[in-house]
Amino acid sequence: MQLTNRAKKLEKKPMTLAERAYLPAIFQGLSITMRHFFMKKATVRYPEEVRPFSPIFRGLHVLKRDEQGRERCTACGLCAVACPAEAITMVAGERKKGEESLYREEKYAISYEINMLRCIFCGLCEEACPKAAVYLQADKIAPPRYERDEFIYGKDRLVEPVSPDARSIRGIQLTPEQADSLRSNLAQQPV
Amino acid sequence: MIELPALGWQSIVIFVVFALSLLIATYCTYAERVIAAFLQDRVGPDRAGPFGLLQPLADAVKMFTKEEFFPGGANKALFIFGPCLAMITALMSSAVIPFGNNLSFGNNAFFLQGIEVNVGMLWVFGVVSLGVYGVMIGGWASNNKFSLLGAIRAASQNISYELAMGMSLIAVLMISETLSLRTITLQQSVAGEWHFWNIVKQPLGFIIFCVCAFAETNRTPFDLPECETELVGGYHTEYSSMKLGLYLFAEYINIFVASAVMSVLYFGGFNFPFQYELRSWLVENHDWTLAAAQNLITVLGTVGLFLKIFAFIFFFMWVRWTLPRFRYDQLMRLGWTILIPLAVVNILITGGLILLGVIK
Repeated sequence: MQLTNRAKKLEKKPMTLAERAYLPAIFQGLSITMRHFFMKKATVRYPEEVRPFSPIFRGLHVLKRDEQGRERCTACGLCAVACPAEAITMVAGERKKGEESLYREEKYAISYEINMLRCIFCGLCEEACPKAAVYLQADKIAPPRYERDEFIYGKDRLVEPVSPDARSIRGIQLTPEQADSLRSNLAQQPV
Repeated sequence: MIELPALGWQSIVIFVVFALSLLIATYCTYAERVIAAFLQDRVGPDRAGPFGLLQPLADAVKMFTKEEFFPGGANKALFIFGPCLAMITALMSSAVIPFGNNLSFGNNAFFLQGIEVNVGMLWVFGVVSLGVYGVMIGGWASNNKFSLLGAIRAASQNISYELAMGMSLIAVLMISETLSLRTITLQQSVAGEWHFWNIVKQPLGFIIFCVCAFAETNRTPFDLPECETELVGGYHTEYSSMKLGLYLFAEYINIFVASAVMSVLYFGGFNFPFQYELRSWLVENHDWTLAAAQNLITVLGTVGLFLKIFAFIFFFMWVRWTLPRFRYDQLMRLGWTILIPLAVVNILITGGLILLGVIK
């Protein structure tokens, strides 16, 4: 049955001597592979070379600070409710007197943990957050670890650093220099 | 000058060749992976050491520390004997290959060759064809259908292609009138004469020999004894640890030996163009003694021979990552109905040309 009229008409001709001798075809093939030998390699040498992320990539979470360096999170729990993988747990606490420079709202998260093994990086927590506190960074991924409990990220690893130049900017691709400074800043932090 | 005992020099050469074969085989595994990667637009192993040069060491450690596995119902003695035999025969065959001309110290002249025998080429043939016993025994002792199939394929393939290989060699021997590899090499370059390497006199013979060498070393497109896609791993399906390592090593040493034999038979061995001109130029214009100039030529020739060998090894790998595997009936048809008649025709042509005095 003919489905389209694009079918190529094939005539079965007897092979010529050159075709039957194999060797011309073999040298043709060898020349093709030799061309590939000198081509640019497609490999990205991962730890040294990082493939550029898409600006809308959803990577590792960050708990943002506001302009005065205070934590934005108010531990409302909406992100945990929105999370389809139930990866977020938190303990809420009341802000004491004298802590106004640390926490923006009167209620804050004493502990805030995301299990990166459960997380599916869907970004629903980001959408649910009323305080614009949790974001999935476009330029960082959860690195591999040896132990499972190392994948449970607490506030020590989630809250963004105080110094502004070390922060990643949501939705904007970092220049290589920015990325380098970010990486070196992160390397100096205790994990 | 230290007096060496009888055969002392030969033992040194043999030992060096033995170590070199192992080293080259080790780095063939690395080269194979890098060349495969480059031909496929990848970069290959580059983590262990600079450019991944320590990768073979890591592989060796892996091989040695893996579990020694004996399949149930296997013949244990033969199971161990198989890879040993493959390795021994592979290492033995390089003994007669002339790796260089003579080095002279004072009154003593030493040849860079393990053993000079007047049946050198026959020795290589005999030992290489023994290698199939290693594959055969290993495949049979594994008590596994795939291994046995691979072993039988290896045996029939090697026998079929040895015929064509031997016949293509006869044409060379008709020209050289000797089986000694050193004499064959020295004939390919004569001082003061315009002399060609055997490849010019035997182009068809070389193609047949080269194809058969691929089949003899079980390389793609003739790697039917192993062929992962059909027979899992062929004769070494059941092998693990260093016993598998020995089989893989033996394959690479066989490639090295095949490359060396092809270089010696068809590409002038340790000769290189204008060597005698270089020697006399050094003697006349730079006041070198003849012996010193000859020693330099010998060293350069050895380097040249190894360059030729490496070029062939590269060619082996290049072909492996270009061509798909033959089907078994295609393999047999190529061997019996194409290569053997071609080799006979080549003998006839060579004989006719010798009669007419075109080549000698």
